[in-house]
Amino acid sequence: MTATTMQRSLTTTVAAALLVLSQPALAQAPEAATQDWIRTDRLPLLLVIVLVASAVAAAIALARSGRPVKIRRLAALDAVDEAIGRATEMGRSVLFVPGIQDMTDIQTVAGVTILGRVAKTAAEYDAKLEVPTCRSIVMSAARDAVRAAHFEAGRPETYTDANINYLTDEQFGYVAAVTGSMVRDKPAACFYMGAFYAESLLFAENGNSIGAIQIAGTAEPSQLPFFVAACDYTLIGEEFFAASAYLSGERDQLGSIQGQDLGKLFAAAVIVIGCALATAGIWIPKLAGGADALRKYFGG
Amino acid sequence: MSDSPLARLNNLDRRWIFLAMGLSIAIPILLKLRFPEYPGPMARATFNAVEAVPEGSTVLLSFDYDPASAAELQPMASALVHHCAARKLKIVFMALWPLGKKQADGTIDRVLKEFHPGYQYGTDYVQLGFQSGNEGVIKLMATNVPEQYKTDSSGTALTSLPLVAGVKDLSAFKLVASISAGYPGAKEWVQYGNGAMPEAFSIVGGSTGVQVSQLLPYYPKQMEGMLVAVKGAAEYEMLVEQKYPVAKPEVIGQGRVRMGPQLVAHLLMIALIVLGNLAMIAGRSRGGAR
Amino acid sequence: MLQRTVPIMILCLSGAVMVLAYFITSAVSWSETVNVWFNVLAAVAYVLGAGNLLTVNLEKISSQRPGWGYSAITLAAFFFMLTVGLFKIGAVPDPAHPTVHLAGDYETAASPYGWMYDWVFSPLTSTMFALLAFYVASAAFRAFRAKNIESILLLGTAFIILLAQTAAGMFLTGWIPEGSAFAFLRLDWMKIAITEYIQTAGMRAITIGIALGVAATSLRLILGIDKSYLPKGGGAA
Repeated sequence: MTATTMQRSLTTTVAAALLVLSQPALAQAPEAATQDWIRTDRLPLLLVIVLVASAVAAAIALARSGRPVKIRRLAALDAVDEAIGRATEMGRSVLFVPGIQDMTDIQTVAGVTILGRVAKTAAEYDAKLEVPTCRSIVMSAARDAVRAAHFEAGRPETYTDANINYLTDEQFGYVAAVTGSMVRDKPAACFYMGAFYAESLLFAENGNSIGAIQIAGTAEPSQLPFFVAACDYTLIGEEFFAASAYLSGERDQLGSIQGQDLGKLFAAAVIVIGCALATAGIWIPKLAGGADALRKYFGG
Repeated sequence: MSDSPLARLNNLDRRWIFLAMGLSIAIPILLKLRFPEYPGPMARATFNAVEAVPEGSTVLLSFDYDPASAAELQPMASALVHHCAARKLKIVFMALWPLGKKQADGTIDRVLKEFHPGYQYGTDYVQLGFQSGNEGVIKLMATNVPEQYKTDSSGTALTSLPLVAGVKDLSAFKLVASISAGYPGAKEWVQYGNGAMPEAFSIVGGSTGVQVSQLLPYYPKQMEGMLVAVKGAAEYEMLVEQKYPVAKPEVIGQGRVRMGPQLVAHLLMIALIVLGNLAMIAGRSRGGAR
Repeated sequence: MLQRTVPIMILCLSGAVMVLAYFITSAVSWSETVNVWFNVLAAVAYVLGAGNLLTVNLEKISSQRPGWGYSAITLAAFFFMLTVGLFKIGAVPDPAHPTVHLAGDYETAASPYGWMYDWVFSPLTSTMFALLAFYVASAAFRAFRAKNIESILLLGTAFIILLAQTAAGMFLTGWIPEGSAFAFLRLDWMKIAITEYIQTAGMRAITIGIALGVAATSLRLILGIDKSYLPKGGGAA
């Protein structure tokens, strides 16, 4: 099935499903034609979503048309090969921790997609990859990702389930188990990619104490300083989400990163305009009204 | 060329640092070191927010933390419960974290039953317990509390508990307080509780130190008061105990107990940072390889 | 083909429903249904996880690999808590139903479950969290070095916050009157200025970037552009 055909069938399926699912909902709300069927107070957010989605779609279309896609180098991702190569030379394992949240957290999804790339490199280098997980569903997803990576690397026979295990849902029980295994097994490379909370510094300091090269990525703003201070390389916030696309090298995915940057430009423009209006409003009261209007419109 | 003693610090075994930190915490606790606290604006705002609630009103306390964060958050939780009970407010306890319910139970035993024995279950306080669903719980409670909580934590129907029998939605509460260690917590209460009914009730929050940057944007508009880490707890405890003293100050004074070790530990960290930099300079000036 | 097409369709449908439900009031129940489906999956996955835990630890015990004693402790603790929790062993009887054993509250301090929570689980998790104090000290010693302008600014900020968070802050600068022209030199003022303006501004910028990253990643997944999570080749999914 080609990509275009698949997208058409997806769109048709979604539309059909929405029609089917809407029957009971519409039956309960016979006056759906009124404003009550849509949250008008959330329309500004819908506008922002449409703008960002359009930017991403436009950037993907431009990338597909052959326009060169320039993405700045991410040192953390360039170091993946180096880290795994080091582990292979030293005869030690590679540890990958996909965070402590479930697959409902987008950070875990991003972490598992990065795991697929890391696993492919590890398979090519014939390095042992260990993936302890905090959730059963994440364990299943991680096994699928690593198995697929081994197939892609042409090494299906080297895949084993034994290195990807579920430990416990309990946060500090998981931390205790993983840090204990780090101290005993001394992996040469540690990857922390996903949602982390208080355990971020525990992992990073333990990894530092055993001399491992550490590459971290998370979108938890409160944990980023710990990773930056204690790890060799850190993917900060949006870099973490861009990592999967960056590592894939596919034009579509790299194009989506550019679309995301367009969204950032839009946000920056609104901030600058709002700050300028609010500052000028000190002397020209009419402009203060403009700043208030922006705040009410986007702030809800 | 041998390294100077200062340059050798670059290779200091971290276990010496751990030992120093252990002693800097243990010795102040054993010597019962106490220091005066001066309540800051956020602790005062939290105190005033609770004081502003009329006597006899109902407040909702959400225990959104677990034993791991109890060292930082339990002092403020205990002080808050005592403050509410001293103001003769009706208290409804709940939790968005599975182990938050146990924390609330412990606080009820240690504080409410100890210092306010006249408080009756069902008429003066109710324990709703934990519900899964994270912010979904708040969203549903904003419009329909009985749909979210059909019974209290021990299985008694809400309709047979006078305090909560008539509660329809969050507007039944004059104050919502969330003691939170992360997600879900105070931020979700502001976004989904205050967001759903902005003027219906006040929100105050208590959080760990690392979470403060995520909550500061909401203070003071959406959140009237905020207690940050053990320091905030110590300041708030001081205000509460000044106006509502208790027979056992050690129960409501744990935040201030922990400020002694915190001072010594922070001074140790400053010393370590200075030593580390001196070691780096000494290593560079000797041309030591790094 | 089905191995890849069906998951993509499920993802696309669920994602669209969740987005629509935020704006269309009649669609809210659909998003709740999707959440319920996930909760059912997660509950069933607990069985999968428990099975994996048993398999791994039993294998370690049976092959007497180094550290098998710890596996035995793990399994003993697992079965103990499962048993006392599920069957409410030792639970305090409910006054309303004194003869119905399973009506008792298993979480009270007097029950084995409550005892284990109060005297084993709670101290252990607090201990693990407390390790952070030691690791912060060693990280600060190793990482906070004045190598360039940015790190000097970081050091200065760290000193201000470390002092302001304790009684030392008031001791050193509390004598400066709050209303005076030099009030900005008070450590508590500097702490508030740093956290409310500088830290919050930086955090908001990072949060905006994260939100855009989440949006772009979600779009890639929902539109089927990023299929890296799907099984490839001939392996069983």
